[in-house]
Amino acid sequence: MTFDEIRNKLKNKTVGIAGCGGLGSNCAIALARVGIGALTIADFDLIIESNLNRQYYFFDQIGQLKVFALKKNIQMVNPRVKVRAFDIRLCQSDIMEIYRTCDVIVEAFDRPEMKQMIIETVLNHMPDKYLVVGVGMAGWGDNNLIHTRRSDRLIICGDEKKEISEQMPPLAPRVGIVANMQANAVLEILLGINE
Amino acid sequence: MKIILNNTEEQFSNQEMTIAELLLKKKFSFRMLVIKINEQLIKKGEYETATVHDGDNVMVLHLISGG
Repeated sequence: MTFDEIRNKLKNKTVGIAGCGGLGSNCAIALARVGIGALTIADFDLIIESNLNRQYYFFDQIGQLKVFALKKNIQMVNPRVKVRAFDIRLCQSDIMEIYRTCDVIVEAFDRPEMKQMIIETVLNHMPDKYLVVGVGMAGWGDNNLIHTRRSDRLIICGDEKKEISEQMPPLAPRVGIVANMQANAVLEILLGINE
Repeated sequence: MKIILNNTEEQFSNQEMTIAELLLKKKFSFRMLVIKINEQLIKKGEYETATVHDGDNVMVLHLISGG
């Protein structure tokens, strides 16, 4: 497929992104660059300086709501992307409502309780929706621990090992790798396997 | 019995076991898990009753923090 053919296919597709931190912001930008038609993004948090070690925001955006700053950044990269932005702390019913029209959903939360909640919501209540989750991306190095595996409509990206802690902070390279793997998995679902 | 656990073949002496027994045996004590048997999601309340049999494909996903 040429890039024009790819863009033509993607322009009719909508991807939902749940959370606009390190995974969500970087994944959204990658999908915007390749010409996704629409993105539905949601987050409740404000940008603080420590986010800038990995999240796709700029110094002068500190203090802004992530979801609106991300909408702006997406449209600076590609103004053709239609962005629906929700300043909201997502619960099960919100997920079922706002991501109803999406072709694929990307899980980009930081807390495990939220990861579990969206996995159960999508697998139990949203039949035929694909969910791409990010699990394990803290620290640095260990490129080859990071992988993708699939179980039916659930695609898992990450090392499934390294938990965030004081001694193991999330940093741009590994978080960016996993976020871009999620975007890559989304493309495989939307475009088919690249042969 | 032989099962596929997280994409790897594993052998157990039992003919069948519950998810709770499997977690104990594998020392999976992590608090936040997502478990599937043959693509079917198993809820936390079902760990004591849902059973694994020979040939089953079991996924135990550890939901670690970070995003």
